[in-house]
Amino acid sequence: MQPLVSLQGLRKSFAGVAALSDAALDIRAGEVHALIGQNGAGKSTLIKCLTGVYRRDAGEVRLDGRAFTATGPRHAQSAGIATIYQELNLVPLRSVTENVVMGAEPRTRLGLIDWRAAHARTREVLSRFGIEIDVKERLGTYPAAIQQLVAIARAVSMEARMVVMDEPTSSLDDREIETLFEVIGNLRDSGISVLYVSHFLDELFRICDRVTVMRDGRTVAVRDIAGATKLGLIADMLGRDAGEISAGGMTELGGAHGSAGEEILSLDSVGTGRALREVSLTVRRGEIVALGGLLGSGRTETARAIFGLDALRHGTMRLPGGADAPRSPSDAIRAGVGLLAEDRKSEGIIPGMSVRENLTLALLPKLRRPGSIDTRRERRIVDHFITALGIKLAHADQPIRELSGGNQQKVLLARWLATKPDLLILDEPTRGVDVGAKREIQTIIRDFVAEGGAVLLISSEFEEIVEGADRVVVMQEGRAVNELPGDGLTEDALIAAIAHLPETERARKDAT
Amino acid sequence: MSDRGLSLPNRMTAGLSPAAWLSRNGGLAALVVLLLFNILVTPNFLHAQTLAVNISQVATIALVAVGMTLVIATGGIDLSVGAVMALSGAMAPIIFTSAFAEANPALGLAAAFLLPLVAALACGVFNGALVAILGVQPIIATLIFFISGRGVAQVLTNGNLQTFNHPGFSYIGTARILGIPFQGWLVVMAAALVWYVVRFTASGRYLLAAGGNERAARMAGVPVTRVKILAYATCSLLAGIAGLIVVAINSASDAARIGNLMELDAIAAAVVGGAALSGGRAPIWGAILGAVVIQLVKYTLLANGIADEVALIAKAAIIVLAVYAQQTRKG
Repeated sequence: MQPLVSLQGLRKSFAGVAALSDAALDIRAGEVHALIGQNGAGKSTLIKCLTGVYRRDAGEVRLDGRAFTATGPRHAQSAGIATIYQELNLVPLRSVTENVVMGAEPRTRLGLIDWRAAHARTREVLSRFGIEIDVKERLGTYPAAIQQLVAIARAVSMEARMVVMDEPTSSLDDREIETLFEVIGNLRDSGISVLYVSHFLDELFRICDRVTVMRDGRTVAVRDIAGATKLGLIADMLGRDAGEISAGGMTELGGAHGSAGEEILSLDSVGTGRALREVSLTVRRGEIVALGGLLGSGRTETARAIFGLDALRHGTMRLPGGADAPRSPSDAIRAGVGLLAEDRKSEGIIPGMSVRENLTLALLPKLRRPGSIDTRRERRIVDHFITALGIKLAHADQPIRELSGGNQQKVLLARWLATKPDLLILDEPTRGVDVGAKREIQTIIRDFVAEGGAVLLISSEFEEIVEGADRVVVMQEGRAVNELPGDGLTEDALIAAIAHLPETERARKDAT
Repeated sequence: MSDRGLSLPNRMTAGLSPAAWLSRNGGLAALVVLLLFNILVTPNFLHAQTLAVNISQVATIALVAVGMTLVIATGGIDLSVGAVMALSGAMAPIIFTSAFAEANPALGLAAAFLLPLVAALACGVFNGALVAILGVQPIIATLIFFISGRGVAQVLTNGNLQTFNHPGFSYIGTARILGIPFQGWLVVMAAALVWYVVRFTASGRYLLAAGGNERAARMAGVPVTRVKILAYATCSLLAGIAGLIVVAINSASDAARIGNLMELDAIAAAVVGGAALSGGRAPIWGAILGAVVIQLVKYTLLANGIADEVALIAKAAIIVLAVYAQQTRKG
């Protein structure tokens, strides 16, 4: 059978560094095809070469068997290849309808926009995905999942033959993911191909037909999902033996921690508003305390309160060194706290600045000399962390936006480690990071704890919590409701504790 | 450091196509074209006097453009610079022609320099506080002094033209050192100082971080509020100095005219010099280059007998080209 899209021998370099050296990808009509690989393996570059964001250096792209070179995303779209990006490229302040018909508005005879037709078409397109919402409402008032589905609906209404989804589930909760999967199933049934990029391997087994694995800019394996195993795919991505990995556990967080020492952080009945009503917890030196809970349970808000981003309405807090609740991040940093934020792009990196400048940003007060920066010490520190954390880059003065997600995350970790904090708050430290970098980051965290640091961990990956945490504080609706010991904790027990919904919550969820 | 300054390292420019080079170095290319054109066409262009005239006139644009570049680097804009120039320019003659200054010439002269600059600085701190603390849109925040600053200046002078003869004060507008007007040296020193701060100090790093991603910068402990206020204050201070220079050149102060439309020249110069309106970049020497280009366009048209109004159109064209070059550079 002739593939819908076929890429062969693709090459692409940036400033002499090869991002793709021999990449290939075949997508059949009406299949859901997964593209996986570590960060920096070349997945994004491959997609961008296909959708016309980048121009390939060499290689061949065929669409329906004919040579095809997209001159830009618009061209790719008109040829039937639509892309749903991680960061949705929609307009939250405009209505759902406007977002769906944008660029192809139905017109009246006078050349004005025919709103009635536009609303009707939007409702029709959305109903195909089982979404019934007020299309005149501003898009931004709907949750992320709906927005994502609107983006897909938009793509479909543009007569897409293939939809590219880059990490579509990373900001969705379980229920929303189910809806998305249904939609993907509908797409497949109507003969539309889906190229699905994800770090969540479990998902692939549920919805994908075939999977292409990339490593170091090359396509290293193409497998039917029916015959593949999770361990086998991880082995493909890492280029390692499956048996070797299974012996080492799924994460690198486990193993002996240093014995817990003095108390370094304590929260007593702290609340900052509706999202964080009341939380009490303590963290001691040499231990990892995890915050368990669903999206919106107040985990991130707890982190924000400790880091001085939200003012306390009530309760008391004691930071490392005995300081009171901080009033700003710089207060918290001075007290020895670091926060690795959940959203790397908007709350982490300064995209235009170099890796060096990003890495030392929080350390600058200590590198400061009258009238200048101690650049010699700065470079020494930067070089140290690049080596110690295995950050892959061309040189320290490279803009950080050119690095892969996993390497950006390591730079941000280094930003905090360089300040020698007593307490690190890690909000989803391995989200959007490939398997290899994930394990490396977990190793870094474990080393930090072994040397007497304390970690407050927020993670949606239960494996990380179960294997890594010494204690788990379970949160629901902005309250800390339970505390579980890490010893002997199982994923099932954790899920049971987190999902033990109070009646009100259950009623609300059923209503939606 | 790839796109912070005017001087791109060679490795960045070496492999570029001519078109790409042009879009990155459009300001430089425009300067070369303007120089060649003038050498060929404009009578007496290669003359020391021409150089001096141009330097003395470009100095004010350049000073304000340097300050504007700092504000633009935070992702903001300052529309009040022209009005601040008028305010400081109107204050100075009032002070040094006062009875107090007649009695204490040295003290009076010092006050005539200092008090207007303190007033300018205060305007800048006010602008910065509105933007950084209250979160007012920069265009709206600086619109306040854009409107009221010149009004205050005209009230102070009752709307009159103040003429004076004060060699001590006029020094900053008319003196020459080694044949170059004093204000030319002043610009170079001010630009060098600002460039040093941006390039080599923690404050400079903070400025670019705050402009590059404000939220991330705050969460890394960057004192965003302080840095922004500092940028607006510096911009106003430099505008204040420019106002004094204009008055000194003319030996007269007309509150209605000092610094009129300067905000547009300064923004144009900063943009021609490579400042990105989205923030995060502060090409100080680029701003100087941009100011020189704008001045040369004005001079070229004037020296060849073309009406002043046409110069406005030419300036608009330059802004369009500069913005176009920026857009292609991004892509």
